Amino acid sequence: MTGEIEVVRAGALTMVQDLGRPGWAHLGVPRSGALDPGALRLANRLVGNPESAAGLEITLTGCVLRFHRASAVALTGADAAVRVDERPGDVGRPLSVPAGAVLRVGAPRTGLRTWLAVGGGITVEPVLGSRSTDTLSGLGPPPLRDGDRLPVGPPAGPPAPVDATATPQAPGEVRLTVRLGPRADWFTESARDLLLRGAYTVSPLSNRVGARLTGAPLPRAVAGELPSEGIVLGAVQVPADGQPLVFLADHPTTGGYPVIGVVDDVTPLAQARPGTTVRFHGPQR
Amino acid sequence: MVKYGGMRIRPVGAHALLLDCAASSPPDTLDVAARVEGWRAELWRRRERGELIAVEIVPAATTVLLDGVPDPTATAALLAGWTPTPATTTAAAPTVEVPVTYDGEDLPTVADHWDVDVPTVVERLAGTSFRVAFCGFAPGFAYLTGLPAELAVPRLPSPRPRVPAGSVALAGPYAGIYPSASPGGWLLVGRTTVTLFDVTADPPARLGPGTRVRLAPA
Repeated sequence: MTGEIEVVRAGALTMVQDLGRPGWAHLGVPRSGALDPGALRLANRLVGNPESAAGLEITLTGCVLRFHRASAVALTGADAAVRVDERPGDVGRPLSVPAGAVLRVGAPRTGLRTWLAVGGGITVEPVLGSRSTDTLSGLGPPPLRDGDRLPVGPPAGPPAPVDATATPQAPGEVRLTVRLGPRADWFTESARDLLLRGAYTVSPLSNRVGARLTGAPLPRAVAGELPSEGIVLGAVQVPADGQPLVFLADHPTTGGYPVIGVVDDVTPLAQARPGTTVRFHGPQR
Repeated sequence: MVKYGGMRIRPVGAHALLLDCAASSPPDTLDVAARVEGWRAELWRRRERGELIAVEIVPAATTVLLDGVPDPTATAALLAGWTPTPATTTAAAPTVEVPVTYDGEDLPTVADHWDVDVPTVVERLAGTSFRVAFCGFAPGFAYLTGLPAELAVPRLPSPRPRVPAGSVALAGPYAGIYPSASPGGWLLVGRTTVTLFDVTADPPARLGPGTRVRLAPA
């Protein structure tokens, strides 16, 4: 196999991600893309790539990569131990990796996910305009396995003249702005209060499709089934057990449970480990 | 929530809105489907002409979602001045004929629900002019409307772990074809060898919203 990056150890879940494939929801194709697009864009800027270039999303256990071509690399997102051969590096700071060197990204110190950009971008075959792995529909490349080789494009430009960027600590508690609707009227007044005043906990069943939360169940005012309707990123869907689920990048395009509200910015959930407390508040504070 | 005539516009976060095409009185499924299709066609046409900005226009059972809308309030006001494309215009859409081998293992169950024999089930399905109401569940999975409401059938009590690609099936008021193998709870009535979703084709889905479909015996 050819490819400038050799996957020595893929880790629990490392995959190719770019900004996803929006525009196909009417055919049942999820948006997918990096769970924190801002972090991937920043990593791309640090290596001189267009922000939309494909990089890697590294989950929970880190990964080990051998570079067969000298490359500019940057990591963003959750802070982790980084080494290029024996030389230590940092998340949030551009790194230069010599040809033949091994890059080791450790498990995140806090949070869950780290993004890697490489000068020239990862150039696996795009599917419907995107190189993202969609864990729900299976579109795009499968998650990385040990021994895979990944092609890298020609470097687009010089790395950004930046020494370092701030690497935010994953907060102990996630606070999310939620706007009620489209189906808030399917819930009781007390359900809306519970959502906005209660504390929820991220469940271990959370993944790229959605952050499942446990806490006070949200009682329904309207019984019965909701006919399937379109879903957006950040939709807070409430299944029959009343426990809310916040949809993330690999969310299905339609769903049959009522959505009580929509979160403005889901990116803090990309770093929320199981057990993290989540609180919701309205847009006016 | 804003009301425009029979239409309600429901808020969906900061960048989307939902056109609720269900009447406030108990909804008639077929009427709702026709209204959704009229709005879907109208909004796609307006977007094509540059009169509407939306990254996604997603029809569903009783709603049309507009997502990736820069200013939902302004868009809602704009919608108030528009009317859906009449059904007569959308009826001119091309018809895709899907050859189906009617040997599904749930045909007897469907026959029981419809209170007819299996050949009559096949005859009715083959004789129905279907239309893609919307897609969902999986890339290229089309919900086909066209069966009379009284022929709606329940899903299996627990889904099969694996339904083969190309399976033609019924659930609720819809017919559908599994574009790829997946778990599924719909009642299986037949199968087709036609490829329904191909990422290298343009468009990738053979059966997009609004497409007319016949499930012709193979």
